[in-house]
Amino acid sequence: MVNTPSDKILLSADGRPLKQSLSRSLRQQKIRALLLIAPLLIFIFVAFIMPIVSMLSRSVENDLVSKTLPQTVQALQSWDALSGELPSEPVYAAFALDIQNAAKAKVHTKVALRLNYEKSGIASLFKKTARKAKKWDIQNDGPFKDKLIKVHKGWGEIEVWKTLKTHSPRYTSGYFLNAIDMRKTAEGADFQPEDKTILIKLFQRTLIMSLIITFSCILLGYPVAWLLANLPMRQANLLMILVLLPFWTSLLVRTSAWKVMLQQQGVINDILVQLSLVSDEARLIMINNEIGTIVAMTHILLPFMILPMYSVMQTIPPSYLRAAKSLGATNWTAFWRVYFPQSVPGIGAGSILVFILAIGYYITPEIVGGTKGVFISNRIAYHILKSLNWGLAAALGTILLIAVLVLYWTYDKIIGIDNVKLGG
Amino acid sequence: MAKDSHLEAFVSFNRVQKSYDGETLVVKDLNLEIPKGEFLTMLGPSGSGKTTCLMMLAGFETATHGDIMLNGISINNIPPHKRGIGMVFQNYALFPHMTVAENLSFPLEVRKLEKSLREEKVKRALDMVEMGEFKGRRPAQLSGGQQQRIALARALVFEPELVLMDEPLGALDKQLREKMQFEITALAHRLGITVVYVTHDQTEALTMSDRVAVFNDGRIQQLATPDQLYEEPENSFVAQFIGENNTLDGVVKELKSDFAVVKLDSGDIIDCKPVNVSQVGERTQVSVRPERVELNKNKLPKKAHTLTAEVLEFIYMGDTFRTRLKVAGNENFIVKTRNSSNQVRLKPGEKVEIGWSPECCRALDA
Repeated sequence: MVNTPSDKILLSADGRPLKQSLSRSLRQQKIRALLLIAPLLIFIFVAFIMPIVSMLSRSVENDLVSKTLPQTVQALQSWDALSGELPSEPVYAAFALDIQNAAKAKVHTKVALRLNYEKSGIASLFKKTARKAKKWDIQNDGPFKDKLIKVHKGWGEIEVWKTLKTHSPRYTSGYFLNAIDMRKTAEGADFQPEDKTILIKLFQRTLIMSLIITFSCILLGYPVAWLLANLPMRQANLLMILVLLPFWTSLLVRTSAWKVMLQQQGVINDILVQLSLVSDEARLIMINNEIGTIVAMTHILLPFMILPMYSVMQTIPPSYLRAAKSLGATNWTAFWRVYFPQSVPGIGAGSILVFILAIGYYITPEIVGGTKGVFISNRIAYHILKSLNWGLAAALGTILLIAVLVLYWTYDKIIGIDNVKLGG
Repeated sequence: MAKDSHLEAFVSFNRVQKSYDGETLVVKDLNLEIPKGEFLTMLGPSGSGKTTCLMMLAGFETATHGDIMLNGISINNIPPHKRGIGMVFQNYALFPHMTVAENLSFPLEVRKLEKSLREEKVKRALDMVEMGEFKGRRPAQLSGGQQQRIALARALVFEPELVLMDEPLGALDKQLREKMQFEITALAHRLGITVVYVTHDQTEALTMSDRVAVFNDGRIQQLATPDQLYEEPENSFVAQFIGENNTLDGVVKELKSDFAVVKLDSGDIIDCKPVNVSQVGERTQVSVRPERVELNKNKLPKKAHTLTAEVLEFIYMGDTFRTRLKVAGNENFIVKTRNSSNQVRLKPGEKVEIGWSPECCRALDA
């Protein structure tokens, strides 16, 4: 009826452009929908997005040195760290002023601790100097170069000044370099000395052991999921309760139970000795090492593998297997060529879930892992709780996050994320 | 059509019983012989045991008792994949992760055929169902009718002598269904394969089959050709199940070998043909097809009994008229008449005299 040329905008009955009318009529709905999910959005923002952003910024933030020692940082800019000579008098004077102010404000220990991560010994150097500097008259007591070197001969070492200059910028890549067993020096990035490298090894161990755990979960979980999907209702329900039972038990209790099971005087070793499979002197060491972590974590993460597999298998009609057999396939061929490919999305979903959970697991490796079975997350916890090097902890956490995202991306490229199903 | 000799039987069920729970028999004493090349349909309501029979033949269920023979050999202990029986499933069971060509190639691959031979056979099977251009598609990209054709081609591609079909047309719309019915029968006869077809749709059974086995309550109620089944049902279940049917209850008054007089519960007397009654005084259910009821008294044999009926409803159906009558207390007595030029159109409330030839009215079990 309405004659609308194609180059004209469609109008609604009241003469407004149709698109405008449409968005107006939908606005009410959109606002209502937004209000309904607002609590969740706010919660996610506060409890998820903000901590991640704060972690990311903390991993590069380095304003402690420039805040506490502003004059020194400025004075050091004109000093060439690679010249092989000590800084000149103005730097020493600036430092004397800064350290006095810092000592009076009682913030010198913080910066001392911060620089001590980079070069051990600096903490005591700072403390001693601060104690003395409180009594100085900055205007008249100069020159400070010899005075400072007299207080502590550390001020006569170029390395100390190098460290100070290297870590004076407001943002630093130092934490990230530390996180991959390198350090920031005046000459640029350098490898840590052999005896201080641990983090790369920990990252590798975390990845490899998480993979092992994921594969053991697939191996153990697949038959269980298959039974769940194929048993008659009543037995399947009972089995489902058994699968879910661990969820209703405290994580700590389950992990401690493995300690009882696996230790050298524990249940498994006792049985093996009783059956004369293992001699009493050569009881197996299965706890406080990799084996302990793998066994306990496989057990704890197994339900996360079984449930997605089960929900995918449930949607595979039994007629596919029958069809394959009627076409002449043996039981194995029917399974491998017809059933298995269709259950892959379930394996994929379970694997991603288990792997990502495993890579960041903390409690279980802490309890049963000893020193050989701990993960990178235990190291992060150490830096947060004990050494208080939050910058490094944040850098490690960021690397872990990036590693997971990269793996996720690779998985998407190779298998396709559309192939992941958590159900129907 | 029906061949009963043991020697000719290609498939035979010999006193087969099946129970799932050890308490009730789903299949009770089944005896059935199927000659080579026959298209046999197992027809019955759901739960009648027909699908169980098919599954036992395919090897997915084991018979609790009795023998199932294929080509004279007992196949009770042969696993399904060695039976070499083609099967079309209710929901086609096409493998969703394989293309059409891979689906068809699967039975040939597990038989370790050479690649060139496989490709040739797949092509031939696809051409047979006119689906050659779809070989690269996934099943999900095909319509229901196309999936059905692929499922058929897959069941035939390895050239089995026996093909089982489990309600293969159940998911299609009416038109496509009729087309496929015709295509399947034509294909089966052209290839000379033996087909055992399960359905609960009687039209499908009647139009497609050489013989139909009507199942109910775990037993074959009647095994006969479609025309025998429709015109000469042997018991009241078959009469009710196949086609439309009017029933009247009564007692046998007079009984001869091919003629009986029945006194209906309303007191009326009618003539019929005894089928499933053995003595005078026995209760019986007589069955008359709606199209065999005669409204024109002149066309009835002399001395035939007639009944007075009241017209309740007249439905115009184009080629036929359906008239619902109240006859001897039965208010659902249907008469079907052809829409010919001189046919009377009855009005509700009218009284008419109806009757039938005695051979069209069958006295069955009560």
